[in-house]
Amino acid sequence: METHKKILLVVIAEAALERQLVADVKRLGAHGYTVIDVRGGGARGAREADWDADRSIQLEVICDDSVAQTISAHIHQSYFNDYAVTIFTADVSVLRPQKF
Amino acid sequence: MDPVVYFFVLGVVARLLRSDLKLPGVLYESLTIYLLLAIGIKGGVELASHPHGAMLGQIMAALGVGVALPLLAYPVLRFGGKFDGCNAAAIAAHYGSVSVVTFAVAVTYLGRHNESYEAYMPLFVALLEAPGIIVGIFLGRMAEGGRELRWPALLREVLLGKSIVLLLGGLAIGWLAGPQTIAPLKPFFYDLFKGALCLFLLEMGLIVAARAGDLRKAGAFLIGFGLMMPLLGGALGATVGWLVQLSVGGTTLLAVLAASASYIAAPAAVRLALPQANPGLSLAAALGVTFPFNIIFGIPVYHAMARFLHN
Repeated sequence: METHKKILLVVIAEAALERQLVADVKRLGAHGYTVIDVRGGGARGAREADWDADRSIQLEVICDDSVAQTISAHIHQSYFNDYAVTIFTADVSVLRPQKF
Repeated sequence: MDPVVYFFVLGVVARLLRSDLKLPGVLYESLTIYLLLAIGIKGGVELASHPHGAMLGQIMAALGVGVALPLLAYPVLRFGGKFDGCNAAAIAAHYGSVSVVTFAVAVTYLGRHNESYEAYMPLFVALLEAPGIIVGIFLGRMAEGGRELRWPALLREVLLGKSIVLLLGGLAIGWLAGPQTIAPLKPFFYDLFKGALCLFLLEMGLIVAARAGDLRKAGAFLIGFGLMMPLLGGALGATVGWLVQLSVGGTTLLAVLAASASYIAAPAAVRLALPQANPGLSLAAALGVTFPFNIIFGIPVYHAMARFLHN
């Protein structure tokens, strides 16, 4: 079966940012997204997801390289200074390239 | 001490002893929704059976308390505690808003002491939730003097947060339904209330103890502030309650609301509107110091203040 290369962009962030982040990625060209509740720890301490202010989300977007770069640059500029946010990308293969 | 408070202590002890006890996040969320709705519905039903004329003046006075609290807290933090403007405003916003669970524990306390109170007090919880947060955020923005604030998004976050929607929604449902129609829902919303509050306080104990580390970082001033600010707010709330002729129970509850600090609505709104503020500081004070102080020691003190003023 023929597959096509795309970029998987993963953003792990404080749950307070969810609404803004979803609006951002849609505005910057993502065709779809997935949000997962997660927990973990890092430079800004442990986020155990016990209660509202302690929750984290993982936002995943599959998109073209250019869209991934635009979204990454925006998140870097808007959120890296003040919020617990991590971004990474990975190469993935999809079956229906027009969907992403 | 009220037995519900023992559950809080159990949570604290379990976490400090590193027990693996953990309540699922969805249970915490469900209990929050249940408690807010139940408080609202009870208030609404009572409101339907006893209409009140003096309410408007009392509502305006309560809103005044909500605006005054962050304006009191801010200079103390900024100049006494030497916090930067942003952090002082963020902490002030938390103290301007209210803790619904502290209110629920106070209602249980009054019940145990056979002290009646105005049935519409849950309306005050909903009313006092937002003004403090908005004033606090405004102070922070003034201090920053920088970026413009997206007020529509902020107001939606604050005014349509789940606490206000569920409290006002519950009040409306209770009021529309009235005592007879609500009867089939009583076993769920009335009889189970105290049990749900116990479970919620167990979880709060776990959360508070988990943040004990933040408290060490917060420093002595903030811990002192977390103890003194509720007493100051409580005295203000009690005085205003007495002036607007609330009953002893109602005065106690307004004092409790003024003394309490938010840890549900305020953190989310402040996080978005004042990103440079360190959320660890606000939560260490509001959750680590003020919440336990209020439910263990504060509520009887505010009750005594109310009785003293009314005598």
